[in-house]
Amino acid sequence: MSDPVSALNNAHYGAGIAEVSELGAVGMITLRGDINTRGVQKGAVDVAGVKMPAPLHCVTDGSAGIAWMSPDELLIMCNYADVAKKLETLRGKTAKVHALAVNVSDARAVFELRGPHAREVLAKVAPVDLARDQFKSGMFRRTRIAQVPAAFWMPEEDVIRMVCFRSVAQYVFDVLSVASQPGSEVGYI
Amino acid sequence: MSTRLATGGRLLNKSTSVKFRFNGKYMRGYEGDTLASALLANDQMLVGRSFKYHRPRGIVAAGPEEPNGLVNLGEGSDFEPNARVTTTELFDGLRAESQNHWPSLEFDVGAINKHLSRFLPAGFYYKMFIHPRPLWKHVYEPIIRHSAGLGRAPKTRDEDTYEHFYAFCDVLVIGGGVAGLEAARASALSGARVIVMEQTAHWGGRTPVDGGDINGMPAQDWIDATLAELGAMENVTLRTRTMGAGVYDHGYVLGYERLTDHNPEAQGPRHRLWRVRAGHIITATGAIERPLSFAGNDIPGVMLAASVRDYVVNYGVSAGDRTVVVTNNDDAYLTAIALKEAGLDVPAILDARVLPEDSAAMARAKELGIRVLMGHGVSSVKGGKRVTSVAVCSQAGEGSVLEEIACDAVAMSGGWSPVVHLWSHCGGKLMWDTANACFSPDPDQPPKGADGGQFVSTAGAASGVFQLDDGLNDAFAAADGTLRCLGRKLPRDAKASQGSRNDEAPMAPVWLMPQGASVKLREKAWLDYQNDVKVSDVRLAAQEGFVSVEHAKRYTTLGMATDQGKLSNINGLATLANALGEDIPSVGTTTFRPPYHPISMAVIGGEARDAAFQPIRRTPMHDWHASNGAEFEPVGQWRRPYAYVKSGESTHDAVMREVTNTREKMGLLDASTLGKLIVKGPDAGWFLDMLYTNMMSTLKVGKCRYGLMCNDNGFLIDDGVVARIDEDTWLCHTTTGGAESIHAHMEEWLQTEWWDKKVYVANVTEQYAQIAVVGPNARNALEKLGGMDVSKEALGFMEWADGVIGGFNVRVYRISFSGELSYEIAVDAGQGQAFWDALMAVGADLGAMPYGTECLHILRAEKGFIMIGDETDGTVIPQDLNLHWALSKKKEDYLGKRAHQRSHMADPDRWKLVGLETTDGSTLPDGAYAVGEGNNANGQRNMIGRVTSSYHSPTLGKGIAMGLVHNGPDRMGEVLEFPGTDGKTYSARIVDPVFYDKEGAKQNV
Amino acid sequence: MLIVSCPNCGITAEETEFHAHGEAHITRHAVGSSDDQMETYLFMRKNPKGVHFERWRHQYGCGKWFHMARCTMTLEVFGTYSAQTYSPPDDLLARIDARRPGWREAT
Repeated sequence: MSDPVSALNNAHYGAGIAEVSELGAVGMITLRGDINTRGVQKGAVDVAGVKMPAPLHCVTDGSAGIAWMSPDELLIMCNYADVAKKLETLRGKTAKVHALAVNVSDARAVFELRGPHAREVLAKVAPVDLARDQFKSGMFRRTRIAQVPAAFWMPEEDVIRMVCFRSVAQYVFDVLSVASQPGSEVGYI
Repeated sequence: MSTRLATGGRLLNKSTSVKFRFNGKYMRGYEGDTLASALLANDQMLVGRSFKYHRPRGIVAAGPEEPNGLVNLGEGSDFEPNARVTTTELFDGLRAESQNHWPSLEFDVGAINKHLSRFLPAGFYYKMFIHPRPLWKHVYEPIIRHSAGLGRAPKTRDEDTYEHFYAFCDVLVIGGGVAGLEAARASALSGARVIVMEQTAHWGGRTPVDGGDINGMPAQDWIDATLAELGAMENVTLRTRTMGAGVYDHGYVLGYERLTDHNPEAQGPRHRLWRVRAGHIITATGAIERPLSFAGNDIPGVMLAASVRDYVVNYGVSAGDRTVVVTNNDDAYLTAIALKEAGLDVPAILDARVLPEDSAAMARAKELGIRVLMGHGVSSVKGGKRVTSVAVCSQAGEGSVLEEIACDAVAMSGGWSPVVHLWSHCGGKLMWDTANACFSPDPDQPPKGADGGQFVSTAGAASGVFQLDDGLNDAFAAADGTLRCLGRKLPRDAKASQGSRNDEAPMAPVWLMPQGASVKLREKAWLDYQNDVKVSDVRLAAQEGFVSVEHAKRYTTLGMATDQGKLSNINGLATLANALGEDIPSVGTTTFRPPYHPISMAVIGGEARDAAFQPIRRTPMHDWHASNGAEFEPVGQWRRPYAYVKSGESTHDAVMREVTNTREKMGLLDASTLGKLIVKGPDAGWFLDMLYTNMMSTLKVGKCRYGLMCNDNGFLIDDGVVARIDEDTWLCHTTTGGAESIHAHMEEWLQTEWWDKKVYVANVTEQYAQIAVVGPNARNALEKLGGMDVSKEALGFMEWADGVIGGFNVRVYRISFSGELSYEIAVDAGQGQAFWDALMAVGADLGAMPYGTECLHILRAEKGFIMIGDETDGTVIPQDLNLHWALSKKKEDYLGKRAHQRSHMADPDRWKLVGLETTDGSTLPDGAYAVGEGNNANGQRNMIGRVTSSYHSPTLGKGIAMGLVHNGPDRMGEVLEFPGTDGKTYSARIVDPVFYDKEGAKQNV
Repeated sequence: MLIVSCPNCGITAEETEFHAHGEAHITRHAVGSSDDQMETYLFMRKNPKGVHFERWRHQYGCGKWFHMARCTMTLEVFGTYSAQTYSPPDDLLARIDARRPGWREAT
């Protein structure tokens, strides 16, 4: 095997009002199952190494994390190199229940928007209330970015991470770059 | 002449002079000027020619209601047509050109039309140019297109950028006049999130011009204090140069922010479209003054009275030295007074009313020595490119001239209409206000939102409340009502601001001046300046039976120009009502639609241009394709290589080479775009049996099977190879376009019909790069890379296996869409390029070449394989394609099974798939129809079939095609005629659709 | 543009996150059904002026289907509810009764 190549190879745009970066290869596992049952939750928590998130939230700690995707789906995040092992463990732990765990690390691209205007930049392309008292650290929002599906969360204030499909990574990068062009501060959020 | 006054101009910064150009002539203005005020300051009253008659037209208004002052702005990449001079802020270096004239504004050939105007009434074009038909396209239309229309279309690319912004708030106040500010202030006291949008660069609206006190201080002081108060509140956002353009369902509002129009050198986007979702909207959009309908009311120098006042007070500009004021209300007296106080001459006020006693305004005018003629009006205005005098008559008469007053400007006022557009956009109803002769919002029939409750309120003049004290009270009450709708409350100690009051005499509606104006006068009395509609045109429309207001509008084009009838609407309705002998409310209004005022097309697109125009999906090997000669074709949002063109080759040459090379040596295809869906669970086998027409539950682990999918209407929607991964897991390949839709189709049935079944689906399409290694040398290449046994014995046709090849973890499927020995190999997407490189390297000695989608199509057509989207079009069932073998007879039910039994589906006369071979070896035109005997009821040739795919096959050295033909399979050998669009008729013989290796000897090795 | 609340994930968002899929509570007819039943199943839709029960999917969000009761005239939304049901819940019907007396006769 060669070193994994992410969709945009850590592309970066830093000339605008927020920094746009592609974060390279990130480990991700989609887990579908009855996520309200102890068995499925325990599998996810053990493999991810973080607590179970509430609906519409995520729990992250560095590269580790669990995001609540839907009433029967979780997204487990980890180091890219650990995916195969974790997937095997997870499949073992959920073998006795009806569940589906698949590797989606290569199917995704992960971006980061950084800076005091990060919220505003995102609010130009996502139809979501990103006011400070409305969208807070710990929340996980699936929506669209311009014309493609995406999900985002804030590991800390002024830092937004987002996931999209790999094939549209260049589009998302272009959209975020335009949205953060110099002189485009809105002054609303 | 119009000129700059020595004093006045509250919006100007007279220390900064600004240079600009109009029609090539350099002029000067001040910072704070609009283009309109600067033009007037330079005595440029004439700004354009009218749409139809090319009459000279001057500036009429001072705001967005301006109908005449439309110019081409800028040039090259900054060029913009139809910019309104009254809403264009002046900046240094501005360049404007007037529109709709040839050869020049001063001398225009088209003006001959004005002498013909008697022969160009409403509906003239409809009546005149309908016959003879062919003349329209070749004679009439080109001439009309040349002479009509306003601005030019831009020819150069727009270099500016634009963006959207999603904003959320509790209360959105549209309009930053005193009513808007009061409504915002009161709303904000509750702690609600408030946005205030003001379309101009200034707060306070008309009040600083019209005068009055608020809370005992001059209006401007109150405005400044309120702005300071609002600015200090965290929950309030104030935006100038931002227009509320439209109100839509459930509290959705579009705001149009003009960021750099007034400062083109600034960085950042030019316009921003605010996509606001508001809990409640307060429209404080003010009112617009109406013109009066008298002969010559379109001659440059005739302006709205309040606008004349605006120019004097706001910009220190006089419209003329001698201004006659003509009115039906007290408000216009303020103009006369302002002019007089500015040292200008007002020879007379012609007041159409007859009143028992003088109002305060009249008394003040008389005190200043102004002659007031009650019960009088304008018979006609004299002048060509500029007003020279006014002929005075009795309002009650037919226009006999009593005297002629020399003047160079006329300030007219026909009363005020509230700006109800935003109230009406989403269903708010109007009521007729007899006292003010206007339509105002009916508070009992408001626009209703998601919860069925009111979500728009009006404040101030927009409610039809014209006095300062009433307006402020109305605004406070609007805020109170708004907060109630939102479940919030005003603080107990909140109080409305108190405005002063001017006692006014009632206005009197005047729809025609004089009341009994003759036809000759009516033909010169304009209703709609921009679209050249006169009182006589509306009367003609009524006479010809266009009695509905919507029909009369379209017949006459009244209110259909870029100003959407802001000035003409009510006067037009009244004229129509009058002609029909009905009252105005029973005639009703036309529908108000967004935007309130034109917004740029580019801002609607927002960020969606250039690279961000639309999502383009790229496979992991996209860049390699691009740098190796690939010509791409769109397949859904994907871009797939159509062919890899080498230097010196045509695209066709490349395709032929790729086909031959793949058949004889080895080809590589990037098949990553094919959909890959994992279906898992104890009921997955049952589920797939329901989705596919054939059996999937019986497939053995390690094996692959081709399957067809129909919808419950019976029509084919997708096909692909299914692999059984383990006891309760299957992997379903879909077409490139089907990955998302078939995933959604599966989820739909699982969630909405069979929710008791235990099945999970995951779309893993993009997790893998999938490469088809195809051709006689394919096995050899994989063996050279080494790692897993890919022999026929270890991995037979229609089997799959996991393993390692050349150090890559792979899943290999022995499936073939080409008829050759073929391996489709999936690796993690992040390994895709490296694996492709490894295959190209090892294949170098084996003749490996990449091939594109056109080669893929030819390879499959030679084998008679169908393609979803070519052989199917949403009306084709498997039986049409002779795919009976894939329709399970064992299964009791599957999607589409029952539909196939419906009479039309089971009809033996359906067109069926056959192969087609031209008799001369040429290639049939794709999509061509075969014609049969006789004609149909419309006199057209009867159709008996059509071509669904057609290619030149280099393997067979001739054109091959597939098509659907009536009774096709029973007509083997028959020759059909296909007329082409090129005038030729093609002859093709019906043959078996499998042209190549019918036994499958080449793929099954 | 509507605001829609997804009962599956709890998000309230603008319509562009969702996709409408037509009339709800249509009975699937399959092998063994009459031609009339098939016609009704495949083609006959109510298209009422007023109260309408619809299928929606939270396309860009959690991806789940649900039902929505809506007035096609005023666009008032009476409520959203699970897709895994054959008929609207009673409390929702009661709410519609209160908002639109007599609607059952009209549709």
